[in-house]
Amino acid sequence: MIKYQRFTLDNGLRVLVHEDHTTAMACVNILYDVGARDESPDKTGFAHLFEHLMFGGSVNIPNYDTPLQEVGGENNAFTSNDITNYYITLPSANLETAFWLESDRMLSLAFSEQSLEVQRNVVCEEFKQRYLNQPYGDVWLRLRPLAYKEHPYRWATIGKELRPIEEATMEDVKAFFFEHYLPNNAIMVVAGDVTFDQVKTLAEKWFANIPARSKPERKLPREPKQLAPRREEVYADIPVNSIYIAFHGPGRTDPDYPVMDLLSDILSRGSSSRLYRALVKDQPLFSEVNAYVCGSIDPNLIVIEGKPLPHMDMAEAEKLLWNQLDILKSEMMKETELQKVKNKIESTMVFAELSILDRAMNLAFFEVLGDADLYNQEVAKYLAVTPSDIQRIAREIFTPDNSSTLIYYAKEQKHAE
Amino acid sequence: MLNRTVAPSRHDIQDIDLVQPDEVVFDNGLRVFIFSAPTQELIKAEFIFQNIFNGSENSLLHTCASHMLKEGTKTRTSAQIAEEIDFYGAYLMPEYSFDQTALTLYSLNKHLGAVLPVVHDILNEAIFPEAELETYIRNNKQTLQISLQKNEYVARRLFFKNLFGESRYGRIPTEEAYDKLNREDLIALYQKQVQPQNCTLILSGNITDDVLKQIRELFDVQWTNTENLDGIMKPEFPVFIPTTVLDERADALQSAIRLGMPAINRVHPDFPAIQFVNTLLGGYFGSRLMRNIREEKGFTYSIGSAFASLQHTGFFTIATEVGVDSTQATLTEIEKELDILRDIQATEQEIALVKNYILGSILGTIESIFSHADKFKAVYFYGLDLSYYTRYNEIIRNMTAADVQRVANTYFDYNNLLKIIVGKVY
Repeated sequence: MIKYQRFTLDNGLRVLVHEDHTTAMACVNILYDVGARDESPDKTGFAHLFEHLMFGGSVNIPNYDTPLQEVGGENNAFTSNDITNYYITLPSANLETAFWLESDRMLSLAFSEQSLEVQRNVVCEEFKQRYLNQPYGDVWLRLRPLAYKEHPYRWATIGKELRPIEEATMEDVKAFFFEHYLPNNAIMVVAGDVTFDQVKTLAEKWFANIPARSKPERKLPREPKQLAPRREEVYADIPVNSIYIAFHGPGRTDPDYPVMDLLSDILSRGSSSRLYRALVKDQPLFSEVNAYVCGSIDPNLIVIEGKPLPHMDMAEAEKLLWNQLDILKSEMMKETELQKVKNKIESTMVFAELSILDRAMNLAFFEVLGDADLYNQEVAKYLAVTPSDIQRIAREIFTPDNSSTLIYYAKEQKHAE
Repeated sequence: MLNRTVAPSRHDIQDIDLVQPDEVVFDNGLRVFIFSAPTQELIKAEFIFQNIFNGSENSLLHTCASHMLKEGTKTRTSAQIAEEIDFYGAYLMPEYSFDQTALTLYSLNKHLGAVLPVVHDILNEAIFPEAELETYIRNNKQTLQISLQKNEYVARRLFFKNLFGESRYGRIPTEEAYDKLNREDLIALYQKQVQPQNCTLILSGNITDDVLKQIRELFDVQWTNTENLDGIMKPEFPVFIPTTVLDERADALQSAIRLGMPAINRVHPDFPAIQFVNTLLGGYFGSRLMRNIREEKGFTYSIGSAFASLQHTGFFTIATEVGVDSTQATLTEIEKELDILRDIQATEQEIALVKNYILGSILGTIESIFSHADKFKAVYFYGLDLSYYTRYNEIIRNMTAADVQRVANTYFDYNNLLKIIVGKVY
């Protein structure tokens, strides 16, 4: 349970304040309602490249990081398919520095050519480090376009490929900024050793005169219902075969989202989970198995993945994964097993509230979903799930026609070591 | 009219105010430290054992023993342990580090009574079943194969191997080493290491009298020492030779670079000053290495350096992954930065910035009662107490450009670094 108060500036900036005076720190989290899903298909990777440019100096402040470090602060940011989130933590005595920095880059950037040039390179190296120069690093570059045909979730946050990043121009950068970086397209959460009145005064001082502009209307194509199984097989320079099966499932605000989330927990959370027990521990079939939900705002993916042991026939391995999904469909699960994953949700929520930064991020994320208060209602929704909900959703989701399967085969080892 | 070009006034950053634990020594020799926070809903109990080596420095055995603690006792199977812990929403995690092995429990206060007996069982009656060991070996061999395709991982292996040789800090996992693991060795290690006189228990959260009573009942009255602690080895390290090791990977898009050398550890009076200089060089986002190699040149997504402390030694390391075309250029720039660090005094402005950055980030490490326990742990096993942090902050606050240069000339020398490159050099 996170307590907070809120107000909205005339320019549309929403501000949430969570006071916690047990810490000497404050954090300022600003979420912009823009992510990779808002990119045009020929300029993918742009939201994320742009996030890097937000650190390249703003209209009145040539360097973003240095003044913050000078007052003992730290910052970072991340981009997802849905949102771009920036955050600062700093000693609360220096809170105003965060307001100064964040308001100036909301007002306008320096748009420095040098910064664009360098960050293009940095992002290209990030692309290589995370997605190309790693075994299985390109899973999501393959799985997304297999599962999504229309919705922009068909590309990864980093982008489909390096080219659009290498070719990004200053025009593109400016257009993106003025379209999406508006006070009325942002949510600011201030948490920690701060007071509501102090935040209100500072917000008025630094943010109130940033003009609102018209908020872009989001018209994303709906992903049509998948009607037949999809499959891609890859021969790659990897040591171990690997299977990924992705299924479409409900979006983040759908009442069935917690059901799907618990479904993935039953399958693979903790060492007593079904996939781990049946396929890794009780019999030597796989070296690892996992199931998880993407957590996207629009209709989601739930992914089942596994690495079979060397002696396993791949078709057989795939069948074994399906077998576990079929059991969920055919047999009503026991209350006690469901209680187990619910108990884990309860303790995880306590963990998630240990740091003020996590609390601030959660409030911002649930506010962009519709209302920060949804965060405080979250546990109750999970606790209300019944075994028949689980069976219903398993039957709905885990069908061959709803599946996209990606198989990695290890190429013959060529190096003789 | 608001002047946005002028920064708001700065305010001094306060020191951290650390919680001093209550200490209790049980009759069986178990030392217990209690960090009390009555409003915390979670309890954390860390059973920390000093890694004991006798006869061999094969640390892979310790890693395996730690992972396998939860894999079965005389009365509970691996599956039953998992089921009981998961059912109560608890987390029970074996944690292995170079010098200690820990079994860490997180539980909601209301479920603590239900999960503590499982922990007691694991610490008294673990049996390391053969079948579970086979699973462990099989899966770790497969994971190793995957890791060996990651240049960064290979660089890290070569680094520790070259730095620490056959000692416990230098042993790296290989398929053969996994195959040699066996139950007898695991059980012998367990008997020697997992006993109250070799354990420190750190309790944090809402530790009521009732909780302490339960702990005492299980881990004092019902936990006895099994063996004496003689024959414990101290590690011996090879003579350090700063060579260059190139592991060529024809298909690499990026090279993993890792440089470093053995160094002093936390007990040395210069350690805080070294942390200061390291931060300035490569220890934060605004560091010289990041500014030069990422923010000016765009060679890498990230570069960083660290001085790490171990019980019997310490080490310095710089690590990055760079486009293969920039491998040589990156090495040249690192050398340049280390030379500048030694030859040219830093500006007052940079010194002030690094000071505030460090003081702010120390303040930021305190988030909950668990952070207080972490701070304590980081010094306790070196025979230091919490006054270390007072001294540390004092040294940070008083650093001057001349101090930085003195430390740089004593501890930072490009020519004396081991250089590991996995990828390609252009």
